[in-house]
Amino acid sequence: MTTNIMIVGVGGQGTLLASRILGNAVIGEGYDVKVSEVHGMSQRGGSVVTYVKFGEKVYSPIIGEGEADIVLAFELLEAYRALPYLKKGGRIIVNEQAIDPMPVITGAAAYPADIAKKLSEKANVTAIDALALAKEAGNSRAVNVVLIGLMAQNTQNPYERWIETLKATVPPKFLDVNLKAFDLGYNH
Amino acid sequence: MAKLLIGNAAVAQGAYEAGVRVVASYPGTPSTEITESMVQYPEVYVEWAPNEKVACEVAIGASMAGARSMTCCKHVGLNVMADPVFTVSYIGVNGGMVICVADDPGMHSSQNEQDSRHYAKAAKIAMLEPADSGECRAFTKAAFELSERFDVPFVIRLSTRVSHSQSLVETEPRQDVELKPYEKNIPKNVMMPAMAIKRHVVVEERAKALTEFAETTDLNRVEDNGSRIGVVTSGISYMYAHEALGDSVNYLKLGMAYPMPEKKLRDFAARCDKVFVIEELDPFIEEHMKALGIQVIGKEAFTMLGEYTPAMIAKAVLGKEPEAPVQADEPIPVRPPVMCPGCPHRGTFYVLKKLGLTVSGDIGCYTLGAAQPLASVDSTICMGASVSAALGMAKARGPEFNKKLVSVIGDSTFIHSGITGLIDIVYNKGANTVIILDNSITGMTGHQDNPTTGKTIRGEATKQVDLELLAKAVGVEHVVVCDPFDVKKFEQVVREEVERDEPSVIIAQRPCALLKYVKYTGRCVVTDRCKKCKMCMKLGCPAISLKDGAVRIDPNQCNGCGLCVNVCPFGAIEKEAEA
Repeated sequence: MTTNIMIVGVGGQGTLLASRILGNAVIGEGYDVKVSEVHGMSQRGGSVVTYVKFGEKVYSPIIGEGEADIVLAFELLEAYRALPYLKKGGRIIVNEQAIDPMPVITGAAAYPADIAKKLSEKANVTAIDALALAKEAGNSRAVNVVLIGLMAQNTQNPYERWIETLKATVPPKFLDVNLKAFDLGYNH
Repeated sequence: MAKLLIGNAAVAQGAYEAGVRVVASYPGTPSTEITESMVQYPEVYVEWAPNEKVACEVAIGASMAGARSMTCCKHVGLNVMADPVFTVSYIGVNGGMVICVADDPGMHSSQNEQDSRHYAKAAKIAMLEPADSGECRAFTKAAFELSERFDVPFVIRLSTRVSHSQSLVETEPRQDVELKPYEKNIPKNVMMPAMAIKRHVVVEERAKALTEFAETTDLNRVEDNGSRIGVVTSGISYMYAHEALGDSVNYLKLGMAYPMPEKKLRDFAARCDKVFVIEELDPFIEEHMKALGIQVIGKEAFTMLGEYTPAMIAKAVLGKEPEAPVQADEPIPVRPPVMCPGCPHRGTFYVLKKLGLTVSGDIGCYTLGAAQPLASVDSTICMGASVSAALGMAKARGPEFNKKLVSVIGDSTFIHSGITGLIDIVYNKGANTVIILDNSITGMTGHQDNPTTGKTIRGEATKQVDLELLAKAVGVEHVVVCDPFDVKKFEQVVREEVERDEPSVIIAQRPCALLKYVKYTGRCVVTDRCKKCKMCMKLGCPAISLKDGAVRIDPNQCNGCGLCVNVCPFGAIEKEAEA
């Protein structure tokens, strides 16, 4: 059995760094780990999906429908889109930020209303205003680390392991902001 | 301790350990990070070349001169380097040579879904196919050794999920591999008919030797689980198959994609009642097995389209239907990629759309100029084609059509293969207008330097190609440099240049908004002078939306680039200092 975490968001939100932090935090625990990243055109403001899987032995780096233990969503609509991937009894951790996709901006489609409420009717949901907490930590770009902090609560990994990983993964210039952002998420 | 590396970084690690000395590539998703990762090794000469053909030739020269060398590209990059590849097959190597090619099933970031395995067969060279980062390192390292043993370049074939998935890699120190002596060898290295005829004989003999090797090498591995069902697979498909089928079937995993064994496949099939071939894209293994007269189930149970998944394989092999997933009760709007806030290309496409021009497009972030609401780009074929295809359009439809036609091409793409099209326009008396979107970087692949940026891959200062002088030197008399965010002036320049009966080049100059030194400040805000004309909405800026009938600029997305301020006819958008 593997633990499957799916990270979804909008290109530019920092999902890639989040998946790297997550991947490196779990190798220290002696697991086999696979992390699937996205590069290139899909990074330009489109839907972005990365996968982190760990366990005794991991084969496929991707997560299929009904297989994610945790969906870590950086944006409401992307959480909604990822719903079919959630395992029965799995948890969605969602940032309450809404970012309009281009079809909504051009008026070709409508942004669904009350997504957090609709999600909680179908799954276990933890919603958080990660943008506000990131700003509180000192940088609106630290949304990803706030969410990692919140997710860390839901894992067996010790707190110190996460802090070690942050120190090893994040550029030193941004370490203080990110440590603060992590704590705000972790203690939420 | 084992390190978590993406496949591309693991390929670089393997090449480093094998003592590679020269690496030359052109960036292309999903292959770019192999060459970028080489920068961490000071012992290795590494470069971004102007295009894949040049890169491959640099690697061939280095190999001929006695060094282990490597070139890396995406699948369509292999088309560009095909010319030297087919002939280096005849020449062979001196120092071991490896060509890495990354296919993109599912087209995450590509214009087609070609299967590069056909190249190995067509060029009669050998190909290995790793399935995870550990194999990326090990296979690349082995490939250098094998390249020297069989006197042939070895190709490492990757796919997006192998290139961009991290898994654990054990590393070893670099081998001390001496430069091999360089000796003049006309019969081997000068491919003119008299010599090439003799080398072709060597190539065919080598093919037999490589097939023999494929029969015995550990790269092709059988996992016998005592089942009556067999699966022949390779690369990432092996991982999907194993996840879906576990120990319920036998596997023959082909680590060597070309040439393939014969006896090994026959023996494996003979022990099974039913054999499935599981491979993304084309039926490459399947056709080989069928040609050997082995009965297999292949594409009739699978697809040639896109990526495979474990669920798809479980359904095809075991007939296992997945449980119905939880679904949303309403349609979810798609979120296609868009140009970033502050993207310099937005100004260009706003003007081209406004003027109703036919836009011959190219490969880069600016391909997104085809997306709504700008929807300005008419065609995208391959690197450089914006320029040459526009000449063809103009020659086909005449001068009046040409006055409503422009090409758009990025700075790096122009150097890659746009310059040759421009020479064609001048030489053959075309009158096209070519807009070079000079954003001072290779953008789409994640900010690589190129001959126009004045820096090498290692960030060292170097000579910089002057695009203005270059265009003039090939005979373009009308070259204008203009900022695409100065929309009024840019519009006027485009109007004037397309009217000419002679070739012209417009250099739309403004750096990519994601470059570290580009610092826009403040935020754009809509004031009460807004007449709701929605002119700003035509920009397709992700920060600007219409909420309850009012135009709103999302302060979290706006980077203060000010393009909307320039576009608003009522001066209703203002720049405000950041709070």
